[in-house]
Amino acid sequence: MTEYIPANFPFVASALLIGIAFYIMLFRRNLIKLVMGIAMLSSGVNLFIVALGYRVGANAPIYTDVPPGPMVLSVPQALTLTSIVINVAVLALMLTMVIHTYRHAGNIDSEKSRKLKG
Amino acid sequence: MEFLTTNSPALIVAIPLVAAFILPLIGRAGDRVRNTFTLTVYALIAFLVAVLAVNVHSVGIRIYTFGATAADLAVPQHFIVPVRIIFEVDAMSMFMGIIVTTVTLAALIYSLHFLKGQSGQARFYSLMMLLYAAMMGLAFTGDMFNLFVFLEIASIAGAALAAYRTNLADAVEGGFKYIVISAVSALLVLFAIGILYAEYDVLSMAAIAHFIQYTHLDMIALGLLGAAFVIKLAGVPLHMWAPDTYTVAPAGSTPMILAASYMSMYALYRVTFTIYGGFINTTTIGWAVIIVGLLSMFVGVMMAVHQTDIKRMMAYHAISQGGYMLLGLGVGLAVLSNPTALEAFGRDAMNGGIFHIINHVFYKALLFMAAEAIFFRIGTRDTNKMGGLARNMKWTAGFYIIGALAIAGIPPFNGFASKLLIYESVLKFNPVLAIIAMFVSLVTLASFAKVFYSAFTGAPMPAYKQVKEVPRSLIVGMSILAVLCIFFGLFPGLIVNTIVAPATNALINHSSYIAAVMGAVP
Repeated sequence: MTEYIPANFPFVASALLIGIAFYIMLFRRNLIKLVMGIAMLSSGVNLFIVALGYRVGANAPIYTDVPPGPMVLSVPQALTLTSIVINVAVLALMLTMVIHTYRHAGNIDSEKSRKLKG
Repeated sequence: MEFLTTNSPALIVAIPLVAAFILPLIGRAGDRVRNTFTLTVYALIAFLVAVLAVNVHSVGIRIYTFGATAADLAVPQHFIVPVRIIFEVDAMSMFMGIIVTTVTLAALIYSLHFLKGQSGQARFYSLMMLLYAAMMGLAFTGDMFNLFVFLEIASIAGAALAAYRTNLADAVEGGFKYIVISAVSALLVLFAIGILYAEYDVLSMAAIAHFIQYTHLDMIALGLLGAAFVIKLAGVPLHMWAPDTYTVAPAGSTPMILAASYMSMYALYRVTFTIYGGFINTTTIGWAVIIVGLLSMFVGVMMAVHQTDIKRMMAYHAISQGGYMLLGLGVGLAVLSNPTALEAFGRDAMNGGIFHIINHVFYKALLFMAAEAIFFRIGTRDTNKMGGLARNMKWTAGFYIIGALAIAGIPPFNGFASKLLIYESVLKFNPVLAIIAMFVSLVTLASFAKVFYSAFTGAPMPAYKQVKEVPRSLIVGMSILAVLCIFFGLFPGLIVNTIVAPATNALINHSSYIAAVMGAVP
């Protein structure tokens, strides 16, 4: 099954995710959608990094019990895991701030809830 | 003592990190216990920083390898690249560490009375410790991925501190802007790290610098890293978060967030000088940095002149002063591959740019604290609603004058020393740049003089007749910074020779940074 998927398919997907994320962040005024854009950006970057270490038909990098042959590189997976955990914290903090904004301004439109100008 | 010296790089980051997580528990035991605990932890870390600083000054670059049998065993036996997490402390890292540690002392002492009687103080100190740990980690880290991790920790702690007064709508907005901007820039950094890792299979900065081929992909990675760090250090045209965030953050944390933005500037220098420093043509990169610096100086000061919110005005000046640092270091970067020009003026320009970081953090922290002291007493930041405050708030007025004269570059204060170094050396590189820098300095003086007259002099407003001087801890916090501003202005030669020039050398000699991890360069 895997041999029918072009090797650079994950990179195309991550480029698409990042492109859509930047579109959302620049042109959407809803703060929740802004947070979703950042979540998509982080998914795109994480997909990029985890795809770097992938080799077609290779084994999982568990050294104690591995058949002979190439192994998938484990460092990008560790990086991605760390990055996912950090982004959970960032997104949670952002969402709490969106809730506070909603309580103060009554809506989450970035133009209408603005207080700071100039 | 031997143990402390060897392990200090790890302990300096680990102790505040642990303290940050147990502070909410300690906070339950009462205010006095919590404050004592915070200051004790701070004293311990400050002692370790001093030990490490003396050590780095005498022996040069220190590395600390986590999990290795010996701390300086960066590359394990039978390996050709470093595989463990490494902290690498050179004079430049230590310089940033000294800035952060000093500002933290002033910020902690200032906050003691500033927050008195408010709820959630334990969480405030917890976030301060977290931000401190993240900044020290940023200064010490030797690999790219931990750079990203500490950048994110600094963003989370900084945004939470900026939005600390959640009862104010603008505070939440300022904090939200900061976390959004920081998250995007951190993900750009991560993407660039992915590109570099895909090419060279290493994460250690020294190893990347050792193997780097300066391909087109490397240039894309440099572009991403540069854009991300310029966002975080609030360089024009990516500065829009800074006025909002600095304005709303509580006074104790504003200098910390300011210092965090200069940690990104440090990261920019680390990447451009250390990783891309061997590149044959750094002139283009240098000019890019100079142009961002010029734009920041000019746009920042022009935006500041007409502000009526006192902290917002200072925030725009912070952007403008950041431009001076970028100008100095940019000139150094532009002539990095030209030894005669480097010795003639490049090194002095870099000394000036680096010296300006520490000077600016001190006087701008002092100004932010003075502004927030006014806010503490009269509850507004609008300069049109202030007047005659110098009668009742003599100390605050005095500190404001010291800060304002320092930022405008008037002789006995520290701003003069670093600006003079920048003017002199930039004049030899390109006279137009030096003239713009002097013009910006004049406008800065005018802007601060205007606010001084409207806030502190004139007839006292009837509403503020009963205003008292701020409590003692605020005065102590500000006087630490004021004394440093004057001391650095009186003995600039001493400071430049002891801490600034070694930092400049550390940036220029990137091969010794590589050799500390990779062994002697073949």
